[in-house]
Amino acid sequence: MLASLIIIVFFVTRMVGDPVRLMLHPNATDEQIQTVRAKYGLDDPLLVQFGHFLSGLPRGDFGDSMWQRAPALEIVLNRLPATLYLAGVTMAIAFPIAVALGIISAVWPRSLADRIVTVLSLAGLSIADFWLALMMILFFAEGLGWFPTSGFGGAKFVVLPALTLAARPLGRISQIQRTAMLDELANGYVTTARAKGLSERVVVLFHTLKNASIPTVTMAGHEVASLLNGAIVIEVIFGWPGIGSLLIQAIERRDLTIVVAATVVIAALVITVNFVVDLIYGWADPRVRFG
Amino acid sequence: MSATTDTTNGIAREADREREPAQRRRTLGFTVYLAALLNDKLTLLAVVFLVALGFAAVFAPLAAPFDPMAQNLLLRNKPPMTPAAAPDALPHLLGTDPLGRDLLSRIVFGARISLSVGALSVIISGVVGTVAGLVAGYRRGGVDDLVMRVVDIQMGFPSLLLALLVLYALGASIWNVIIVLAVTRWTIYARMARGIVLAQRESAFVEAAQAIGCSDRRILFIHILPNMLAPLLVLATLETAALILSEASLSFLGLGIQPPDTSWGLMLAEGRQYLRVAWWIVLFPGLALLFTALSLNLLATWLRGVTDPVQRWRYLTRASKTLG
Repeated sequence: MLASLIIIVFFVTRMVGDPVRLMLHPNATDEQIQTVRAKYGLDDPLLVQFGHFLSGLPRGDFGDSMWQRAPALEIVLNRLPATLYLAGVTMAIAFPIAVALGIISAVWPRSLADRIVTVLSLAGLSIADFWLALMMILFFAEGLGWFPTSGFGGAKFVVLPALTLAARPLGRISQIQRTAMLDELANGYVTTARAKGLSERVVVLFHTLKNASIPTVTMAGHEVASLLNGAIVIEVIFGWPGIGSLLIQAIERRDLTIVVAATVVIAALVITVNFVVDLIYGWADPRVRFG
Repeated sequence: MSATTDTTNGIAREADREREPAQRRRTLGFTVYLAALLNDKLTLLAVVFLVALGFAAVFAPLAAPFDPMAQNLLLRNKPPMTPAAAPDALPHLLGTDPLGRDLLSRIVFGARISLSVGALSVIISGVVGTVAGLVAGYRRGGVDDLVMRVVDIQMGFPSLLLALLVLYALGASIWNVIIVLAVTRWTIYARMARGIVLAQRESAFVEAAQAIGCSDRRILFIHILPNMLAPLLVLATLETAALILSEASLSFLGLGIQPPDTSWGLMLAEGRQYLRVAWWIVLFPGLALLFTALSLNLLATWLRGVTDPVQRWRYLTRASKTLG
């Protein structure tokens, strides 16, 4: 799967046009342009370029970045910790709140609390994240001055981007938690537990929560995967030095090697996370494990 | 607390079962949906908003108080409710942008592009995906393998990233955005349609249709397709919200709609640098996006419930009284 993806990415990026003209001075002669193109192998036929590219892959060699004059993969991997850090903080905010909200609305379905949670979670899914980011900056950074508007550094810097990114997983996970909890609460063993005289709190927190968390954890994993992918715009707005903002800069500079490397790294991360989620799913649910 | 809730729930279901024959007579009617809609104030509000927005977009030249392109450099970045230059004209209700253009009028005209990009890409991806899924699920074998292999590969690929790369390669234009969004999303419909076909192709009514000699095409489109219209409609509504947001993201990054056309995402991109001096330029197009997507999501949630025979009773009884 990753292989087909790498091939697609390679050919798509080669369709874009000449990066050399952007690199050199506008008055550069054709001769100079040709020299640079030859240096990077851009004057070879496409299939030859592809061959070079493929032979580099097993060594993790995507070629050197024309913009930063360093191996592309190294540049991309240097940005990886920032992206993972942001995704981690985001989930640390979103997951517990989402689970709590989901439980509340499942225990009292169709109550006022349930309706508020439902509308809030739908709003989380409906909000344009980049707009939320701008509003966060406007209120909390410009207006109240609590947090810096952008950049990277101490704990203060991560708050606004993480809060912004938390909206979507918050909405999605709380909905899944609610549905799963409702399904569990309708089961026979819940009636048995209640008939034994267990308090509602014990029934909810010790009997149903574990079973209801299987779909929730799966969904949370997939949300992590989409965070790695969806953080691009947010990283750009907050000047967060992650892979997403690197990718956009590279696109602007027509730096093909970085575009390819960043895309492949993001996609590989997403695929890995989804795979791990499927493993956890199998491990958590005995029916899958023994099925 | 919850134990009592549960008994109430049980009683409501019991009562519902008794009510059923009377309801079944009305089930096919449009009136059932109308009654359910009038019963749910929040969804009603969402539908009213969407209809109003749709009308405003279609009749934008009539609905917008100003020409969205008319610049007035004397009225740059003016806050909401600023009086217009002409003495007897309406004030600039939502303020003006950095070129002195009326923000409300631009939002109304932006709705045209935002909504039509969303709708068109949903229609294209929906039709392509559904047909692919139908054929794959019905024919099985090589076609099925091929389609599902492509779907799996594409599902593993982050869709915003794919859209970014393709737009970067092809260049940004309205049609490229529509096609790219359609290409990134058809897989969801293909998966769903295939799943439903697989469940139904062995059923008695399909067998009967085959026995009396219906063509495959007739079985697929006349017999099986109508059975999946409800879930398809729900999915398409959700997707419309998602794609309007995707278009906005792409336009915000400069890879979507290009000036002089305008969409809400592009307005946000243009207003971003004026965030400090003119917050209204960023606030209102974003609110338009939020309310549109939220309304579509509310509508989808309601549609899912009301087209599901098991859940429908909830939407036909007064919510506050049934509790469950």
